[in-house]
Amino acid sequence: MTATSRLPRKATKTAADPGPPRRGITGAVLLGSTLALALSVAVLVSAATGQLVIPPEEVLGSLLHAVGIHALPLPQQLGAQETLWTIRFPRVVMSILVGAALASSGAVMQAVFGNPLAEPGVIGVSSGAAVGAAAAIVFGWSAAGPWAVAAAAFVTGVTSVMVVYLTARKAGRTEVVTLLLTGVAVTAITGACLALLTFLGDQQAREQIVFWQLGSLNGSRWSDAAVVLPVTVVGITISVLLGRRLDLLTLGERSARHLGVNVEALRAIAVTTVAMLVAVAVAFTGVIGFVGLVIPHLIRMVIGPAHRPLIVTSALGGAVLLVVADLVARTAVPYADLPIGMLTALVGGPFFFWLLRRTRNRAGGWA
Amino acid sequence: MTAITASGVTVEVGGRALLREVDLDVPTGTVHALLGPNGAGKSTLLSVLAGDRAPDRGTVEILGRPVSDWRLRELARERAVLTQEHSVAFAFPVREVVRMGRAPWARTAREDDDDRAVAAAIDAAELWRLEERAVPTLSGGERARTAFARTLAQESGILLLDEPTAALDLRHQEQTMQRARLIAARGGTVVVVVHDLTLAAAYADAVTLLSDGEVAATGSPLADMDVALLSDVYEHPVEFIRHPRTGAVIVQPIRNT
Repeated sequence: MTATSRLPRKATKTAADPGPPRRGITGAVLLGSTLALALSVAVLVSAATGQLVIPPEEVLGSLLHAVGIHALPLPQQLGAQETLWTIRFPRVVMSILVGAALASSGAVMQAVFGNPLAEPGVIGVSSGAAVGAAAAIVFGWSAAGPWAVAAAAFVTGVTSVMVVYLTARKAGRTEVVTLLLTGVAVTAITGACLALLTFLGDQQAREQIVFWQLGSLNGSRWSDAAVVLPVTVVGITISVLLGRRLDLLTLGERSARHLGVNVEALRAIAVTTVAMLVAVAVAFTGVIGFVGLVIPHLIRMVIGPAHRPLIVTSALGGAVLLVVADLVARTAVPYADLPIGMLTALVGGPFFFWLLRRTRNRAGGWA
Repeated sequence: MTAITASGVTVEVGGRALLREVDLDVPTGTVHALLGPNGAGKSTLLSVLAGDRAPDRGTVEILGRPVSDWRLRELARERAVLTQEHSVAFAFPVREVVRMGRAPWARTAREDDDDRAVAAAIDAAELWRLEERAVPTLSGGERARTAFARTLAQESGILLLDEPTAALDLRHQEQTMQRARLIAARGGTVVVVVHDLTLAAAYADAVTLLSDGEVAATGSPLADMDVALLSDVYEHPVEFIRHPRTGAVIVQPIRNT
């Protein structure tokens, strides 16, 4: 031992440069506060903007009034108060919830697959949910109530992801490549089901299916938010609680097990949570892709990969993204509501390409 | 006291036996080397000892208790495993990865030791200059040292190391094996897979030589092994040379030049 300790020891540490910018918890708090601020601004601007322009201080006044603070003026224009509370606020709240659910579930899925390219859509939740919703529309179950489409989407979304998960398991283990390929196969099958349903449906049903597939927050109601809210809160809470174990999972399944993690149980809980989050979000708004891919990746670049802060900040980031995207969707073209799924895909698609190239160039990127 | 006992361990895959009736006995406070040519079953045996795969027949006991009876978390406090896979899926910095070795002690009294244990492990693997670097950007050897530091930070009594020296330079090979010796001297137990027979001769109290899934020899130091058997198992003639000054055994393949 003594013979080899001639080389400088502790000295090298002080000689080192200050190191990269602060990451970890400090960075997460900083970024989280920034995103929370951005979210507040985005919400105000979004609620103020539309065919009926309402000044932001009146939007704020209306919000404060609702909690008993009479500090700012209420909306003055005729019908402005009703517009805010029956159309814009529920829509903004749904954007926040759906964005948070999609982004945080993306972060969890990537941890489970150990691959930054994994996205909840990849494992078949989106396409599975689409089948249920389309079936509800075509077979007229939607007559049973406004919830029927959403419920059907939720059921088939969860079912398809469970099918992927169970098929990809062999002898109590899950190979990542097998899981992804099974996801591809399931997506192909659900795509065929969807084509069949589109073919079977009448003119009106077809239009509905197409619009649902494009994704839109148009027509969001408080009753929708009342369902999405508890599921999102529970889902994100579970994800955050799994955070430490997801960190260990990045060492590989075996090493995580050697550190005391029950890997199979962790995966089962994580996959179920993701399925729940995505299906319930997608069920009310249709397919909104790439949020779960883009947001966690950008957040990881700023605060590092530790999962607890990553999941929380991703939820905030996803909320900001969808509030802004929805604002663009309904104001970019006058008197038209663009499909938000198209917008996110327009940004997320090229981003996915860039990520593919980057991952391919890195050694062991396909692990 | 026996740290690890394996008896009659048989592992079969597709009708072919990877391990056949393997018996192994590793007393506490020793370094035990697993030797053998490629495909002899060293890593398979290590994964059975680690509890990763259940043997088709036979039993493995850790500290007198069947390995399958341990709760994963309790077992993680008693034994650490270094696999041959050292990659980390996301860009965690070295210090965070080493700190992951402390996971089994979370919410126990020894959690207070985390900072000291992590610092000691980083010292032992000489990772000071790399502490802030992201693991995926490191070289293979540096990643291996990070993984080794992580297993050290776990501070468990038993260490199972699968080729810990394979990717390392001379200095760190020696340091890794010296660390194994030190752990054994402090009452720990190390089972290590190595290919360098001279390293095994220098640092292991006892060796087990595997040949095609079977134990060819076990329990004594490499220096006491029959050279003919060693040559036979490796399918290459080897000889023992005594170092002129220290008398240490050097295992040398015979080269007909």
